[in-house]
Amino acid sequence: MMADNKKILIADDDIDMLEQLKMQLQGWGFEVIEAESQEEAERKLERLKPDLAIYDLMMENRDSGFVLSYKTKKKYPDVPVIIVTAVTGETGLKFDAGTEEMRRWIKAEAILDKDIRFEQLKREIDRLLGEDR
Amino acid sequence: MKYLKVLVADDESGMRRGVRKVLGKFNLRLENTDEEIGFETVEAADGRETMKILKSQPVDLLLLDYKMPELSGLEILERIKAEKKDVMTIMITAYASLDVAVSATKNGAFDFLAKPFTPEELKRVVEKASRSLIAHREAKRLAEEKRKVRFQFLSVLAHELKAPLSVLESYLQIMKNRTAGNELSDYDHIIERSLIRIDGMRKLIFDLLDLTRIESGEKKRKLENIDLVEIARTSIETLSELARGRGIDITLHAPQKLTMVADRSEIEIILNNLISNAVKYNKDNGKVDVVIESDEGKAVIKVSDTGIGLTEEEQSRLFGEFVRIQNEQTRHIMGSGLGLSIVKKIAQLYNGNVGVRSQKGAGSTFFVYLPFKKEERKNESR
Repeated sequence: MMADNKKILIADDDIDMLEQLKMQLQGWGFEVIEAESQEEAERKLERLKPDLAIYDLMMENRDSGFVLSYKTKKKYPDVPVIIVTAVTGETGLKFDAGTEEMRRWIKAEAILDKDIRFEQLKREIDRLLGEDR
Repeated sequence: MKYLKVLVADDESGMRRGVRKVLGKFNLRLENTDEEIGFETVEAADGRETMKILKSQPVDLLLLDYKMPELSGLEILERIKAEKKDVMTIMITAYASLDVAVSATKNGAFDFLAKPFTPEELKRVVEKASRSLIAHREAKRLAEEKRKVRFQFLSVLAHELKAPLSVLESYLQIMKNRTAGNELSDYDHIIERSLIRIDGMRKLIFDLLDLTRIESGEKKRKLENIDLVEIARTSIETLSELARGRGIDITLHAPQKLTMVADRSEIEIILNNLISNAVKYNKDNGKVDVVIESDEGKAVIKVSDTGIGLTEEEQSRLFGEFVRIQNEQTRHIMGSGLGLSIVKKIAQLYNGNVGVRSQKGAGSTFFVYLPFKKEERKNESR
């Protein structure tokens, strides 16, 4: 299976969002490491290197996702990071990792809205892991 | 001391000097904020200069001569109105004619001074205008603040309602795609979690309804003699199953009866919120003590738990809207974040108050004081 052995670290403080993301990723054949907080994700990053990371933006801090993304890149510059957020739709605040300049300070490859479908997420993951399908 | 800037626009230099001298020594005391207001004057000798100053710096009060070279007082008034400048204008007229008065007020002048005027008359008019200006600005500031708080409330609310919807949607998608297998039993956990989230959402909506009813004052309050002890008993009974499931004991410490004039549903909301919190945030096999007593003209409701407790910082935020203490221990506990703010709002309807004493890791005691109405005496019977 194409996704074999690829490890994905996911962090979200909503245990249901975490659970369903895990189920979906496992359904696609990924190995999943879960974290329920920024702090737990940081601890897990100390011990292992994932192939990709997906972080919720707001956990115990409003910018947890950004901070995690920064720390991930510092330790493992080649690990792609996806940030998922509900912030955009609710506040009108727009983050976009589409330009070089934004990527430089946000340090994430993609920022996705929480309402996206799993298929869209899958496409994004495949792109970042260099799988073409 | 705060200063208001007064622009004196008059082509007579003697007039400008006189006003500056009087206002330079004049102070105003605001009783409700206990603030001292002083006056700083700037001068303009004609209409054009007046407009220049108004454009280049903030001016609070404008003493405006009706007849000036270049631009007349009335023309200036019109421009101030057109540009929506936040300045209070007092018109100075050489003769107090009714015509001038009418047209100036139409164009937004606040008051008049008829030349010649005494220092006392000047001070009186300036004082009146200053007080009005300050009150107006304060009202504007409060309205703005209220608007902001409301916006914040609505955006947090939207988020809190959207989160469970997204969760349910994704769970359904997982089921639809048979992601976890082909048996219904493969999805038991998901179904259980979905029901819990639906429950949480319903609780949020009910809390929200309570809150809006209390805030709008629309709910008809039915004030009657009610027995606090009886309501506490019912509330404990309702919550005892939840408590038993985790081995938690709820004990009531109360006289036979404690009556007061109150709205039954409001008291139920208080007790249900406090007792269910004491269960939810308790440790397994913990204890909850509910105390109902009267003390110096007020009813006291105290609910103590042996739960996770709160730090001082957490205690200070606790009674706000949508405040949920987020940490390792509370992450799995569902709540709307509105319960305690509702309790506080209700207590305020009775001129009462709420509070908490707590120690991290040891437990918390929440208390609500509800003063009896003056005519109520002897409410307790043993």
